[in-house]
Amino acid sequence: MGMAASDSQFHVLAVDDSLIDRKLIERLLKTSSYIVTTVDSGSKALEYLGWHEDDRRNTDGTSVSPQNQQEAEVNLVITDYCMPEMTGYDLLKKIKESSSLRNIPVVIMSSENVPSRINRCLEEGAEEFFLKPVRLSDVNKLKPHMIKTKKQDKRESTPPPPPLLSQPLPLPPQSQPPQLQQQPPQLTVAQQPPPQPTVAQQQPPQLSNNKRKGMDEGLPSPDRTRPRYNDLTVVSN
Amino acid sequence: MEVNQLQRTFLEYTAALFREGFLDSQFTQLYQLQDESNPKFVVEVVSLFFDDSERLINDLTRALDEPIVDFKKIDAHVHQLKGSSSSIGAHRVKNSCLPFRDFCEAQNTDGCLRCLQQVKQEYLLIKNKLEDLFQLEKQIVAAGGSTNLVEWML
Repeated sequence: MGMAASDSQFHVLAVDDSLIDRKLIERLLKTSSYIVTTVDSGSKALEYLGWHEDDRRNTDGTSVSPQNQQEAEVNLVITDYCMPEMTGYDLLKKIKESSSLRNIPVVIMSSENVPSRINRCLEEGAEEFFLKPVRLSDVNKLKPHMIKTKKQDKRESTPPPPPLLSQPLPLPPQSQPPQLQQQPPQLTVAQQPPPQPTVAQQQPPQLSNNKRKGMDEGLPSPDRTRPRYNDLTVVSN
Repeated sequence: MEVNQLQRTFLEYTAALFREGFLDSQFTQLYQLQDESNPKFVVEVVSLFFDDSERLINDLTRALDEPIVDFKKIDAHVHQLKGSSSSIGAHRVKNSCLPFRDFCEAQNTDGCLRCLQQVKQEYLLIKNKLEDLFQLEKQIVAAGGSTNLVEWML
């Protein structure tokens, strides 16, 4: 799974073409005790993540398997939407289409509240959509997504307990479920919106913060309320 | 000048800036990110904003002076300025960018020129006010006063 960051610290890759916004997001993330790497474009982000279209070689010519190309394990990518050349949406797509990167949670930030844009990003697999300027209350929502991925990585790298797997196929009904339970968590996280009610339920209490912000700026709250998509929530600032 | 007097002046000055719409709550958020390990964070970010804005305003002036105006490029610059001013809470600068983008879309050079004037004006205003504010802050710190100003601002 590449170089592992310490279990107690999460590493976030922040992508934004604006220097000011990079400085801000870096401070926001560091204040929340995350390790932060910032890059100014989607292509640099992919490079950092070790993404290669078809080529599996390092720059020094040695050939490696895709999983080992990351400079350091990244637990979450947070990216601006509007960037020249490669948008945050394009970056999101490339990450989700990559077999080695698709498990990394991606969050999109945008200064523009465009519902169709938000929908598209969530449908493509973004965990959250933050309206800029991003605040501490938004960053506080990131941890569950990173914890979930670490748990899932642990499951993948832990060998399943032998006794269950070595049982012959025709099993008495009560022994079968434990065997099945080994698999779904991986698939669920990678391919579907995670059916984890705890994450969704944590979101609503923070709605009041978002609405407060909407009112501060003189904007009507209805514009800022967020639709819910299965268990993914849009975060309106 | 006595510390308490300086702090009072600082508070009043800041309150006025909020009241008059020069600053919004995002500016307060910046102070929440400042602490002993990053004591100059606000000044640094605002300095970046000054540099960035001056560059963008120069680019906009040049672009609007071209014989054939590239409205797409101008819109991109204005979008950037809108973003950075929003990120530091420079409320009136941000607002001055909104009609500017409309005129870009309408490909209206005169409208854009008027907007650019407005943006320049708002930028200079907030620049002066923030520089005054930071001067006050320096004096407070020099007089032994608290740098933990966010508590008062919230």
